[in-house]
Amino acid sequence: MTAIATRPDLSIGSYRVWQRNRDVTFRLWRTEFIGVVVEPFIVILALGLGLGQFVELSSGEEYVAFLTPGLLAMFPMFAAVFECAWGSYVRLEMQHTNDAIVATPVSVDDVITGEILWGTTRSMVNAVYILLVAILLNPWLHMVESPWALFIIPLSLVPGVLFSAISICFASLARAMSQFSYFFNLIINPMFWFGGAFFPIGELPGWAQTLAWFVPLTHVVELYRGFITGEFAWSMLGDLAWVVVTALVFYWLALAGMRRRMVQ
Amino acid sequence: MSIPLIEARGLVKSYGSFRAVDGISFAVQQGECFGFLGPNGAGKSTTIRMICCTSPIGGGELHVAGLDPSRQARAIKARLGIVPQEDSLDPDLPVRQNLEVYARYYGVPRALARERIAESLALFQLTEKAESPVGDLSGGMKRRLVIARSLVNDPEILVLDEPTTGLDPQARHLVWQKLRMLRARGVTMLLTTHYMDEASHLCDRLVIMHRGHILAEGNPHDLIRDYAGEVVLELRMGTGDRAPLLGELTGIDGVAIEEVEDIVYIFEAGDAARQLAARIADPALAFLRPGNLEDVFLRLTGRGLLD
Repeated sequence: MTAIATRPDLSIGSYRVWQRNRDVTFRLWRTEFIGVVVEPFIVILALGLGLGQFVELSSGEEYVAFLTPGLLAMFPMFAAVFECAWGSYVRLEMQHTNDAIVATPVSVDDVITGEILWGTTRSMVNAVYILLVAILLNPWLHMVESPWALFIIPLSLVPGVLFSAISICFASLARAMSQFSYFFNLIINPMFWFGGAFFPIGELPGWAQTLAWFVPLTHVVELYRGFITGEFAWSMLGDLAWVVVTALVFYWLALAGMRRRMVQ
Repeated sequence: MSIPLIEARGLVKSYGSFRAVDGISFAVQQGECFGFLGPNGAGKSTTIRMICCTSPIGGGELHVAGLDPSRQARAIKARLGIVPQEDSLDPDLPVRQNLEVYARYYGVPRALARERIAESLALFQLTEKAESPVGDLSGGMKRRLVIARSLVNDPEILVLDEPTTGLDPQARHLVWQKLRMLRARGVTMLLTTHYMDEASHLCDRLVIMHRGHILAEGNPHDLIRDYAGEVVLELRMGTGDRAPLLGELTGIDGVAIEEVEDIVYIFEAGDAARQLAARIADPALAFLRPGNLEDVFLRLTGRGLLD
């Protein structure tokens, strides 16, 4: 258990790893960005305009406006997860990229931190893009009600780290690519559906609300909802604290998990 | 002798109850090519990983360039150039960018890196492929690229873990030629291999490892003289035919006989072996040849397969 107790061994190497991932993404930008660009439009059209016509919220809000914080939390979550679960596993196990990097003065902790920073970066870029789309569509769909929404951009750093770190934790445990279906189907997919992105958690039965409290995405959505509507509540501080603390815990676990796996 | 560049004393590495490296000691001098020879599972790669600070040492002492791997890993790694066993090139980046990104991990200034990379690509005959995806390269080209990559930080010590495994003969000879050239430039080299000809081509000195131990140490010529003799006689005949011949040879001082299936190897037999070969006078049955490292290796490690 020394792996957990050890202080992170970090250097400029973390940034070098981030740079490597950035360079690769720019090389492959066409395939990397097509989904990112197109998907929000599909979801806004299908759920917001299609399904939205049949949904009447007790708050009286338009469904497409209700969706905005969810979209801002959910798509960046997927960006981080794809980068740090599948992406990291491929670099670790199939391409031996990480083995080559730790032979240089870059440490295992640097590699993992760089990976998480890159997952976070992609997550944040995604959040900025969706916010942009929402603002562009605002004259017609009224998706963003308050200028406070811009604060979501710096805030998105925290869930970016959280979802990247959770993904790395799983990648550090996975023994085969196929095992990611556990991660996706048992963790990410339920979080996607029950994280308060598609319907108000408050409408669920009590036990389900308790369960939803443990879902990280719930707190991110709640936090963003306050900034999108400009209606702040004290509970948002609790949401922020929940996400920050969980992000730090998972970052620590990601380091420990990967040290255990890579240092033998 | 000067202070060794790499020195190990009683170095140990265990995985559970298995001792991969069991108390080995050696010293590598500046500028020499030092080889670790041994079958799969002998502990060569584990030793290399400890020197490269990618695997913590399990016991004993190890110093690389006077530094301690457990506390000064980054400083040690900055002085090493690594050619790993499996190709760990970055498949997402083309040839030149592979080297540029790698130089960045070492913090080599961009202009200097560019200069070195251009020189390396030319040296390893890869300039034409500079913009190609790594996946398009042949096995030999990939190996050359990995060696070129290991030079981006202008290392004091080059660590080569089975550098030519899986290459065809032409590609191997090209890699050897480049390595000899680097050695001539004064780069200290550490080499693991299970190819005897590779070891005799490249190594000034080597150790033969087996089951985590060092069985012998020396330069290839001395090892051959000491363990195989200058002349080795191979007898290829049935058990019944060879028994009386072997009877003649046993008891001569220093002679060693190894029977392997249908071949008998007679080491250090000298004149008696020459006379025997002359009398049989059929090279298909009795064959005299110079001793080589393979003889040393087989005599020391036995002929059983390890895995």
